[in-house]
Amino acid sequence: MRNTYKTMNAIEVHNLVKGYKDVSVLHDVSFTVTRGTVFALLGANGSGKTTTINILTTLIKPDGGTATVNEFDVGEQASKVREQISVTGQFAAVDHVLTARENLILMGELRHVTDPKQIAAGLLEKFDLNEAADRPLATYSGGMRRRLDIAMSLVGDAPVVFFDEPTTGLDPQSRAGMWRTIRELVENGTTVFLTTQYLDEADRLADTIGILHGGRIVASGTPAELKGTLSTGLVELEFGDEQQVSTAQRVLSAQHDVRRVDSKLLVASDGTVGEMVDLFVRLKDNGLEPTEFSTQPPTLDDVFFKILDDEKHEEKEERHADAH
Amino acid sequence: MQTLTDTWTMAKRSLRHTTRSPDTIITVLLMPIGLLLLFVYVFGGALGTQTGSIDYVDFITPGVIIMTVMSGIAYAAVRLSTDLQQGVISRFRTMPVAPSSVLSGQALSSTASNLFSCFLVIMVALAVGFRPTTDPLAWLCLAGLLALLILATTWLAMFFGLLAKTVEGAGAFSYILLLLIFISPSFVPTDSMKPWLRGFAEHQPMTPIIETMRSLLIDGTPGPDIWAALAWTLGILLISYTAALSVYRHRALVAAAQ
Repeated sequence: MRNTYKTMNAIEVHNLVKGYKDVSVLHDVSFTVTRGTVFALLGANGSGKTTTINILTTLIKPDGGTATVNEFDVGEQASKVREQISVTGQFAAVDHVLTARENLILMGELRHVTDPKQIAAGLLEKFDLNEAADRPLATYSGGMRRRLDIAMSLVGDAPVVFFDEPTTGLDPQSRAGMWRTIRELVENGTTVFLTTQYLDEADRLADTIGILHGGRIVASGTPAELKGTLSTGLVELEFGDEQQVSTAQRVLSAQHDVRRVDSKLLVASDGTVGEMVDLFVRLKDNGLEPTEFSTQPPTLDDVFFKILDDEKHEEKEERHADAH
Repeated sequence: MQTLTDTWTMAKRSLRHTTRSPDTIITVLLMPIGLLLLFVYVFGGALGTQTGSIDYVDFITPGVIIMTVMSGIAYAAVRLSTDLQQGVISRFRTMPVAPSSVLSGQALSSTASNLFSCFLVIMVALAVGFRPTTDPLAWLCLAGLLALLILATTWLAMFFGLLAKTVEGAGAFSYILLLLIFISPSFVPTDSMKPWLRGFAEHQPMTPIIETMRSLLIDGTPGPDIWAALAWTLGILLISYTAALSVYRHRALVAAAQ
């Protein structure tokens, strides 16, 4: 199944455009996913994540642009692409009349694996569905159906696996299980494409993140690179009394972005030694001495909200410019 | 070859659905059997005088069998629509599965289960006095004609099932087919109808099918209407097959986009 490839990219997307009726969903989406890595497409509800997945998995056709999976074009070589992929959609697409075991065997038969029964048994064990394996799905909880859904997409070991919001609606334990599954897939050389609304999920799992907003990829890179685009980590300061807090706030505001939360001050800082020294010297000069202090590196949340903020500013400016 | 194995896999799945929900078979059988009893024991006294030398129960059994088929095939439309709503079709569409196999599998299982329903209805008809005078070869012809009819109308049902927005809507179209059975020589000879209605009744597709079945059951020969019957069923099969497959491709895309 695994061939020698011309490029290192399992997925290549160039200038993808897609709209429904009058609503434009994807304006100009481009990104690549390196073979054997996890790519997380991050975005708010309605940002076009599912549309992107649907195009990559041959369910819908783009209005413009190209996309390839393992070097097969998703439009012109759809049946070749289907041999390369497996998909877990946002809603558990399982056969409710069949049992879990039968659902898995069905997948095995459709993927023409040599021993569907044995593969089904292995996955039932792995996804903790053994006890309920031969009960009709009508008796299953939502979480169990979701686990089965994911197990079904692992039948046949497709080299590229798509998960559309795989952990939405899962309890913490199932979510941790899902993360483990994704890591195992990648260890075995599988390429994983996932969409998520959860920043911590992208941060933990993804080798590369693309942030989808307004129909475009507004930022992409490794989690570290994305965080590196922000200079603003936080320094958290506590003081002995109220007077010191308010004096410190006034003093530091001249140079820094300062927020007060209860009796603490949160000071934006790039966390470099120079800036820290400068900060404490300034406090000391004013006779202030923090009782506690700690630093926090920027999180992906900060990156995400900053990007959305910048976007909004740009849109405003564009509108402003248009008005003139 | 792959298309055949995929179709077989899908047919097995679909048959499981049928055997797991015996209530659907009972619902399908309830109306034809109820009508059979109603016509034989209640209306038969009055209507039966118009069928000449033929016993009324012998006269109506072909119509009752067709009615069984028409209510049975709606199940294929409902199943297909459910699969669309639950995203199962989308899943199949992202897999290396022959697109036609999803529909063909459903059609095969529908044919098998509806032939079985017809068998049960014939048993009930025999119990209430149906006395066919036919030989094994004519029975075989009848089974063949029925299988073809079921196959053709199942594809038609799936075409409507794919167009339907809801699962409930998917099953509704079979009422039109049921109406066609009443405006045909199924239960009364067409001579007794108003001239304009008679014109329709004598030229609609159900009529040659019913006449051929009647001829096979009573005389043991296919009779003169066999060619019209075959032309209609094969025509419906061909058109429905093409239309259903093309809608399948399109509709699955729309469902995915929602």
